[in-house]
Amino acid sequence: MQLSVWTYEGPPHVGAMRVATAMEGMHYVLHAPQGDTYADLLFTMIERRGKRPPVTYTTFQARDLGKDTAQLFQDAARHALERFEPQALLVGASCTAELIQDDPAGLAEAMRLPVPVVPLELPSYQRKECWGASETFYQIVRTLADRDITPRGDSVALANILGPTALGFRHRDDVREVRAILETLGIEVNLVAPLGASPADIARIGAADFNVVLYPETGDEAARWLERTFHQPAIRTVPIGIGATEEFIRGVAALAGVDPEPALADDQSRMPWWSRSVDSTYLTGKRVFIFGDATHAVAAARIAHEELGFEVCGLGCYNREFARDVRAAAQQYGVDPLITDDHLEVEEAIAAAQPELVLGTQMERHIAKRLGLPCAVISSPVHVQDFPARHSPQMGFEGANVIFDTWVHPLVMGLEEHLLTMFRDDFEFSDDAGASHLHAHAPKRTLAQPIALEPVMGGSLWTDEAEAELKKIPFFVRGKARRNTELFAANEGRAQIDLETLYDAKAHYAR
Amino acid sequence: MSGVGILEAPGADCAPVLRERGQREVFCGLTGIVWLHRKVQDAFFLVVGSRTCAHLLQSAAGVMIFAEPRFATAIIEERDLAGMADCHEELDRVVDRLLARRPEIRTLFLVGSCPSEVIKLDLSKAAERLGTKHAGRTRILNYSGSGIETTFTEGEDACLASLVPEMPVAASGEGPSLLLVGSLPDIVEDQFLRLFAELGIENIGCLPARAVADLPAVGTNTRILLAQPFLGETLSALTGRGAVHLPAPFPFGAEGTTGWLKAAADAFGLDDMQFNRVIAPGRERAKRALERQRERLDGKRISFLPDSQLEIPLARFLATECGMVPVEVGTPYLHRSILADELPQLPRGTRISEGQDVDKQLDRVRADQPDLTVCGLGLANPLEAEGLSTKWAIELVFSPIHGFDQAGDLAELFARPLRRRDVLQV
Repeated sequence: MQLSVWTYEGPPHVGAMRVATAMEGMHYVLHAPQGDTYADLLFTMIERRGKRPPVTYTTFQARDLGKDTAQLFQDAARHALERFEPQALLVGASCTAELIQDDPAGLAEAMRLPVPVVPLELPSYQRKECWGASETFYQIVRTLADRDITPRGDSVALANILGPTALGFRHRDDVREVRAILETLGIEVNLVAPLGASPADIARIGAADFNVVLYPETGDEAARWLERTFHQPAIRTVPIGIGATEEFIRGVAALAGVDPEPALADDQSRMPWWSRSVDSTYLTGKRVFIFGDATHAVAAARIAHEELGFEVCGLGCYNREFARDVRAAAQQYGVDPLITDDHLEVEEAIAAAQPELVLGTQMERHIAKRLGLPCAVISSPVHVQDFPARHSPQMGFEGANVIFDTWVHPLVMGLEEHLLTMFRDDFEFSDDAGASHLHAHAPKRTLAQPIALEPVMGGSLWTDEAEAELKKIPFFVRGKARRNTELFAANEGRAQIDLETLYDAKAHYAR
Repeated sequence: MSGVGILEAPGADCAPVLRERGQREVFCGLTGIVWLHRKVQDAFFLVVGSRTCAHLLQSAAGVMIFAEPRFATAIIEERDLAGMADCHEELDRVVDRLLARRPEIRTLFLVGSCPSEVIKLDLSKAAERLGTKHAGRTRILNYSGSGIETTFTEGEDACLASLVPEMPVAASGEGPSLLLVGSLPDIVEDQFLRLFAELGIENIGCLPARAVADLPAVGTNTRILLAQPFLGETLSALTGRGAVHLPAPFPFGAEGTTGWLKAAADAFGLDDMQFNRVIAPGRERAKRALERQRERLDGKRISFLPDSQLEIPLARFLATECGMVPVEVGTPYLHRSILADELPQLPRGTRISEGQDVDKQLDRVRADQPDLTVCGLGLANPLEAEGLSTKWAIELVFSPIHGFDQAGDLAELFARPLRRRDVLQV
């Protein structure tokens, strides 16, 4: 048993729902007790979908358990077919139904249904949401792909875009960006899947010359099978950030045998200049803590390090399946990788790292709020705010533009930072005023909770003079200054922190 | 159900009921933890369940608002099921860790879930064992909020029923006392307590109390006034301890609240003059507040999908005090005896349905084309996309809606979607 307060991922059948809901003409018959229908609201409320997810739940109750829950499942499958007329059916069990062992796959097979059935075995007590989505998509492709339809091999290259699902972080907008890149390169898109694909589309998946794996968390398992079955190579560079987008374009162009220049020369790519322009000087060395799914976390670390000049002071992911990528990246940036799905552990790591910016999920947004730190969301799990009305991709050059704005906005602006330092005693620039453009989010000093850290040394070790000097440091770096000074004093074995210790520490940590 | 004072009221509520079985688009009883943990402030709720249970609570709670909320899930894993780990030992370990981390917890509810029920993990045994181990510091109770046994608000019923045996015995020589049953927002509870004090009913308790440590006493002189209609098990447990149910309408709107207060006043032998004098100001305020909303709601047709069991009293309130026309009133369960004062007040021809086959019910909503449909969060946007205005049912459980001073707010919850529809030009 594992004690859990908040979770990064739902159960695996929710991953299957993300795939089913993304598709057209697919229906999922889920053997599940009453109450599991809560998952519908993830799609209709958080993502604001105007249709119910294509899921029929058996919603069995205790009184059904003594009788025939298997019959209940078959009735539900029959009714779903009659009412929704899907091209194919997914069948499976949620955690409770797994325990009663009714075998939805066998029951569906015995019914000799007139449409293809994709049975799902998603072990609820071992696996989680991302794995469930990946496995579901893989099973769909494996079951529905027509083995006689093989790569077209035409002079115009044909590609599949794999991985985007319902409830994904900016998947809708990423697909549009990546489609545009392929179009600029003169490459045709065979299908995007699961998002928007029907079972009939999946049948033609073999026609593409290669696959673009946008989200390895959901698409890579299927891509590996396609590689083996149809010898379709896969592009695995995830085009988040300028460098990755350029690599992506070059990789795709090489596979398709086309010139990458038209796509590389996108005149809407503003992020590199925005980052080089002088106002951005203040971004140099900002300490950033990054946590999310592995793909988005690794991409964010690269952007932070190479494209914004930040210092990565923490990096981690919640999905163990992809921990290897995060470990490799963490080593590159000289930090300890944090692989955990315990948000309390993440909170402790963030508090200890004292970052100036947190890039994370909705969980880290709340952690950052409590710690009074600026934060931007880069990954699932998502919230209604992560489905903006406007086009807001993460991928491609426009994605890089969006990322620049999104990450820099929570920070105190460059020029303003200097003003705060110069005029810190002026009432308009007082700590309580915060950043002028962040009225709603400005730290309210009176309300903010102290950062949950054991002081390295007791507060009494600070002389009044040093304490007063510390207060002159702008609030958004004060916590770090205090922590660094106390660490320095402890390491040096100084019994007291006076003005001299404060400035010695400052010199010690100068970057 | 049996017990003093909850006899079936014959004749009055014979309206035909449409009973359906099929897919039920409802929450399970675990959802009640979202409001119960705010209400009972010295208690912690530990769900013994699966990742799905944890995910449900997180999704139903909307966003993670609280640093460390007073609820959590002990997630059953493969090794627990495969017999590699003893479930009871694992649970003891989790509870020990939790209590070490949160020493301020005075009462711990072990909450059963679908998986724990199906594997027959005996939480009452676990509660007894852990209760002995942590005696003197933390009281350990248990109830089931599983979807196979409870629907949404029935989770609160099961929780409160588990508290009944913990209530002290009222001294036999004591005079009559009043017990308000059902969790209400503190502000509403305080309003009611002030009203009862003015009426002269001083000996009064609430279940749940704001702290389990302060549970009121119960005995043969206890009179029960239900504040929520979904508390059949709790009522049964209380009458089992000798308390007497006061049949009453539920305190929604000016009339419902008056009837509810009157039931207590009559049981305590108060004269009508005094009663009317005390309640008149609140009743007038409620009526004034309702007048404004009535203009918008009068004549509008409304359908309820089954959700919280509040549907029947709310439909009665909207029909008798706001002029709305209930088309279909769905409820997960129909407790006829508890609703004996409500059912006869529904307009003739109201279609009452119990249980659900969601697809068939949605077909009826489409055919009926009501002006407003009250439904769960999973269905609201899809119905809106079809052009039907909706009201989220869950808001009716989380918002202060009982009593005179919330009557206007309650009507406004239904008027707002209609107003919005009129205002929007996109």
